[in-house]
Amino acid sequence: MLRNRDNCYGMVAILIHWTIVALFVAQMLLGLAPRWVASMAQQFTLIQWHKSFGFLILALALLRLVWAALNTWPRRPAALGRGEWLAAKIVQGSLYALMLIVPLAGWALVSTSTLRVPSFAFDLIVIPDLPMSRSDAAETFWRVTHQWLAYATAAIATGHMLAALRHHLWLGDGVLKRMWPAWGNEPSGEDTNRREPARR
Amino acid sequence: MPNQTTMSPSLTSTMLAFALFGLAGAAQADALAEAAGKYRIEPSSHIGFSIGQVGGGGIAGDFGRFRGSFRIDGRNIGRSNVDFTLIPASVRTGEARVETFLRSDAIFDVANYPEIVFRSTSVTRTGPDSAHIEGSLTARGRTHRAAFEATLERRDARGITFHVQGQVIRSLYGMDAGTPIYSNLVNFNMQLRGSRS
Repeated sequence: MLRNRDNCYGMVAILIHWTIVALFVAQMLLGLAPRWVASMAQQFTLIQWHKSFGFLILALALLRLVWAALNTWPRRPAALGRGEWLAAKIVQGSLYALMLIVPLAGWALVSTSTLRVPSFAFDLIVIPDLPMSRSDAAETFWRVTHQWLAYATAAIATGHMLAALRHHLWLGDGVLKRMWPAWGNEPSGEDTNRREPARR
Repeated sequence: MPNQTTMSPSLTSTMLAFALFGLAGAAQADALAEAAGKYRIEPSSHIGFSIGQVGGGGIAGDFGRFRGSFRIDGRNIGRSNVDFTLIPASVRTGEARVETFLRSDAIFDVANYPEIVFRSTSVTRTGPDSAHIEGSLTARGRTHRAAFEATLERRDARGITFHVQGQVIRSLYGMDAGTPIYSNLVNFNMQLRGSRS
């Protein structure tokens, strides 16, 4: 099933979700790695890869938002109370916003940098800088902003992951399965309703 | 100027043309030959460079420290020669972080290779006041052929100034960091001022 259904996400949403997860983990490592290597040539290369993957995440995030707008959202699993559901929605909404804002802050960083290094995504496409004025102060501001937004994203995503694992391993309901590539083994209504048979 | 009225206009213009041609020919023939001698390259010379980047623009700068000499053979320009040593640590671009990058082992590795040396191997006259200079360029311990075009720009009692241009493929010298964002070709645009030594 490509499209979302009322009890689980479709393959497109699942694929984009896990691709962004993998890219985000890689991005955190690529973003931190330049400070771990001594060679300035390697630092330069790592930063260019970080920029390339950042633009890819931004494109995927936009695609995901468009897809989300065109699809129905899975309903609240009966396993979740209204408080949990609200908390989950706030966390997911924050992650949706951050997967756009963090790359945009990175784009602002390269656009204000006095180094003027062009963005040449995957050595294939020149991404123009945003129309922003360059200064050391602006560059520092966007570097710190980009960095702390990324840390905040990592913290919220970790909470999101731990909550999903709690549902899967501890509570044994089907919440995680809704975002798991099931290939014809989608969670049944009974799975997600184990704790609370009554639907909203 | 009474004679002017007696000469036909065509004769006047022909004479003028011959006179100008003769003057120009004499100046061309003598420009390099008359400058024969040994010269020391003055610190007031300008060693400019630029590197293009994707999407337009690039990095431009110069080198503040260098030394060298050249000799112009008046009887056979082809036997002239030039020796030039560049101190890459003196690179200037107007952006301290770029300069640090260029001095690091990513590009010049100035800690291990403090000098870049060019020694001419052949000089070929290409015009009344210009020459093609080929030689060996040594950077980061690697030596390859490099060529420059020199044009006489100014000559006076104190010395001589050449405008020298050329391109160097930086990857040949293990300086390919930053490609393909930054071009592999470095454009040199120099004004070499020599004083008689």
